[in-house]
Amino acid sequence: MLALKNKDINLLRSSEKSSLLRFLALYTVLATMILLLLGIFYYKSQEELMFSNERIKLSNYANEQVKELKLLHHYFPSRTEYPRSYNFDSAIYDIERVKIFSTLKNSEVNFDKEIYRSGDKIHFVKYLDDYYLGAKYLFLEVDEDNDWYAKTITNIIILGILTLIIMAIFGLFFVHILLRPMKNSIMLLDNFIKDTTHELNTPISAILANVEMMDTDVMVEKNKKKLHRINIAAKTVSHLYQDLTFLTLNHNQQSKDEWIDLKKLFEDRVEYFTILAGSKKVTFYLDLNYSAIYMDIVKMTRVIDNLISNAIKYNKRLGAITIILRKEYFIIRDSGIGIEASKVSAIFERYSRFNNSEGGFGIGLNIVKSIIDEYGLKISVESVLGEGTDIRVEFLKASLGNGD
Amino acid sequence: MIKRIIIISLILNVLLYAETKSENIQENKKENIYEHNCIPCHRYLPSSLGDMYMRYLKTFSGEITLKAALKAFLKEPLEQTSVMSDLFIDRFSVKDKTLLNDKQLDEAINIYWDLYNVRNKLK
Repeated sequence: MLALKNKDINLLRSSEKSSLLRFLALYTVLATMILLLLGIFYYKSQEELMFSNERIKLSNYANEQVKELKLLHHYFPSRTEYPRSYNFDSAIYDIERVKIFSTLKNSEVNFDKEIYRSGDKIHFVKYLDDYYLGAKYLFLEVDEDNDWYAKTITNIIILGILTLIIMAIFGLFFVHILLRPMKNSIMLLDNFIKDTTHELNTPISAILANVEMMDTDVMVEKNKKKLHRINIAAKTVSHLYQDLTFLTLNHNQQSKDEWIDLKKLFEDRVEYFTILAGSKKVTFYLDLNYSAIYMDIVKMTRVIDNLISNAIKYNKRLGAITIILRKEYFIIRDSGIGIEASKVSAIFERYSRFNNSEGGFGIGLNIVKSIIDEYGLKISVESVLGEGTDIRVEFLKASLGNGD
Repeated sequence: MIKRIIIISLILNVLLYAETKSENIQENKKENIYEHNCIPCHRYLPSSLGDMYMRYLKTFSGEITLKAALKAFLKEPLEQTSVMSDLFIDRFSVKDKTLLNDKQLDEAINIYWDLYNVRNKLK
């Protein structure tokens, strides 16, 4: 029971994991975007703070420069020396934005902003009311103090990482709270399936064992037939039980790989299904060469059982099942109803059934596909509607035995 | 032979001189439009044409704006559109309408702009 419980938790963990990862990815993306926006706002506010500090200083410089331009305008052309300062460079542009004179190092100017960064310089624009020397725009240029920039970027990175970590911790906490009801529901459902499945085992085993033990020699023919039907029905339920057990328990179990003699395994499974096949008068034709594969025998048995079971289920009365086993592959061929070409690709989907004429949950081929994928094998289906279906499973060379 | 060469070179020299003379006449004609039509009247005013240019520059800033404003004023001189002070206008009144046509007016204004343009003079 303890082992069962552990498996329950493992099963839950695997289903939880993908939801948890998706949620965390979404949460991280959103959190990063919010942090990015906050970072941009912080950067802009720091830039604006720097500009407001520079604006006061540059405004004073601009007033001094305007006085100098006024003087020059008054004494022009007897004085033609453009006023210069050690504190800044400057340029004047007329109302048509044509340059009159410039000492700027960076000549890229923006007429629409009062203060802005241009390369490693800060430009300040003063709009003149009196156009001395024809100047409408006076540009001042000073070197940018990069300290604020380095400080701001460092703050953004450190605070951003810290906030991201805190948000991730909160995110994990929220995920656990959000997933708790779902986790409980899954556990409840899972336990129900497992308990139900477990409870099926004992009666099915009892029915099958007692049917095997009954002395048919003393029975009248009518009762023999009834017993035969009971045996078939019990084996069908047993097969379903094994599929359900595999889905709920074995699927997440550690594989116990070993060398399997496939020829022997096929012979065993065919013998097991002979009675079931006999109910539809289906005949087995075996063409088995020796082949060995390194795999979990329970899983390989599920593959073979499901393929044979389907070959019987969807076969015609008086039909045939041919099983060909070679060193690198096996083929199970039936003479059944076949599958429409458009539906072939969907047969491995869970709860998918060829048609509704036969019972079942549609989980058999899904189990086959999951095992085939787990071991890197290759499965292919060729089917002709009304003629039959070939299912071919190819083995990996690495997992094949040398035949010794 | 020598006579012929001398005659040909004399003819060529005369032709070259005539061409140069013609260019100079045209150049002078342009300057004359400004000099003959603007300077004579302004000569007797206390505010020079240079001072007036600086007033226009301070008021209109750009080349296109200044030239357009000046042209409009010369064609239709009004107290309200003059850049001169009230005292100046009271003393000398507003000038008469120009007698130049648009083309001549543009030529005269262009000469005036080039003559006092501050761009080429700033150092």
